[in-house]
Amino acid sequence: MTLDAAAKKSNWFSRLAHPGQFLSWSRPLVLPLAVLSALLFAIGLWLSFFASPEDYQMGDMVRVMYVHVPNAWLSQFVYGVMAVSALGTLVWRHPLADVAGKAAAPLGAVFTALALYTGALWGRPTWGTFWEWDGRMTSTLVLLLIYLGIIALWRAFDDQLRAARIVAIVTLVGAINIPVIKFSVDWWNTLHQPASIFTAKGPRMPLSILTPLLIMAIAFTLLFLTLHIVSMRTEIFRRRAETLSRQAALSAEAN
Amino acid sequence: MEHAVFILWAYLGVAVLVAALVLYVAWDARRVAARLKALEARGIRRRSAGKAS
Amino acid sequence: MRAFTALIARDLRLSLRIGGEALTLVLFFVMIGVIVPFAIGPDKGQLARLAPGIVWIAAFLSMLLGLDRLFRNDDDDGSLLLFRHAAIPLEAIVAAKTIAHWLLTALPLLVATPVLAILLAMDFESWWRTTFSLLLGTPALVAFGALGAAVTVSLRRGGLIAPVLILPLCVPVLIFGVGAISGGSSGPALLFLAAISLVVSTFAPFAAALALRVAGD
Repeated sequence: MTLDAAAKKSNWFSRLAHPGQFLSWSRPLVLPLAVLSALLFAIGLWLSFFASPEDYQMGDMVRVMYVHVPNAWLSQFVYGVMAVSALGTLVWRHPLADVAGKAAAPLGAVFTALALYTGALWGRPTWGTFWEWDGRMTSTLVLLLIYLGIIALWRAFDDQLRAARIVAIVTLVGAINIPVIKFSVDWWNTLHQPASIFTAKGPRMPLSILTPLLIMAIAFTLLFLTLHIVSMRTEIFRRRAETLSRQAALSAEAN
Repeated sequence: MEHAVFILWAYLGVAVLVAALVLYVAWDARRVAARLKALEARGIRRRSAGKAS
Repeated sequence: MRAFTALIARDLRLSLRIGGEALTLVLFFVMIGVIVPFAIGPDKGQLARLAPGIVWIAAFLSMLLGLDRLFRNDDDDGSLLLFRHAAIPLEAIVAAKTIAHWLLTALPLLVATPVLAILLAMDFESWWRTTFSLLLGTPALVAFGALGAAVTVSLRRGGLIAPVLILPLCVPVLIFGVGAISGGSSGPALLFLAAISLVVSTFAPFAAALALRVAGD
């Protein structure tokens, strides 16, 4: 290795993202993140149940929104995390990137399933049906299927290093394809109400509804970050354990 | 409170699934840590850990 | 370019020599058309209304069925290893194999659509609309299929996982494909379908070649 390459290798980012380094700096983060998330959940739940008014249109069904929107947001945010990790795997071949991608997939699938579940419960009283084949619900369902396919692909490989790069390709193709799916499904059927949080004229919601929504969204996002860090650590440990047991098997064979 | 049932079910479902997810992640972490500890206790070391760096 | 056409010819020859594969696929395609009336009843009006969708689903399933052999045989006999070190880039080889695969799996289906049209009581208008939309849409299906086959080529038990990965990605193709058939606003749907086919069949060989390289490492 030349001096130049060595200098390049030890910039702050690679030092921070080296698996061993990651294990040591992420360890003290887990508990504060978990506590903060739990605290925000407590505040958010209290606000959404007791301290927020009924919407003049939807009545108290607006309370379902406080768990529906954060999950819907996470279902896309987690895919974004996976797409960035996939880039990290393919372009920089970063060992932490594939750990991040693998750890994110099941979490994203759960949040997407929750978005669909709460959406169905929201739809029943307001639209009169649990399931409607409208644009957003359908594309969220397709997103869930993509998540499940990616998880299945991860599980199908024995060699996790090779799996990482192949899954990264699929993840990126999915990331490019998701807007197309969204557009096609919208074209196919549009019934869902248009976006109403951030419009050109600013939030169209009263502050009393926006506040619990934002707090719940932050709480869910922190929950995801906590779980993501813990599962990344688990994944690194799992790989170490697998290396060790392979070594053990090798040395047992040699003796 | 005309739709209390739906709201309750929504929060309940989310709570149950999130709790299951948290428990699974915690259980998985604990299980893998225990496995690693058992392997290390048998005196197997990673090559990179054995080397003084 | 000579190598490119030679590759297509090789794949066609290999498949024709083994024989019957294309025919089996057509048989499967027609069988779905035969099965459906048993499931939804022989009412001609209803059949005619559902026919374009049924034909599309039948084509969809038949293409998924034939995916596995796109790279599997080459992986088994080592040709894939040779391809990776060939004089022409792997991307071009994948593109050639994809075209050959389209000729072997999609074209026979297109030829067989009249049989389904008669069985499902389609009129001439909706038959040629369906065939035209299949003609425009199948390149995208084959290209996605090539990607799925490349991704799962190193898996011994990858037969089921490729369709599961590809199906959600193919949703737009299905939407615009069927949208192009139903009268009225079929113009934009046809254009979108053609656009998707062009874009996907341009980029899929690169992604598939990348996956093949990774799988071979």
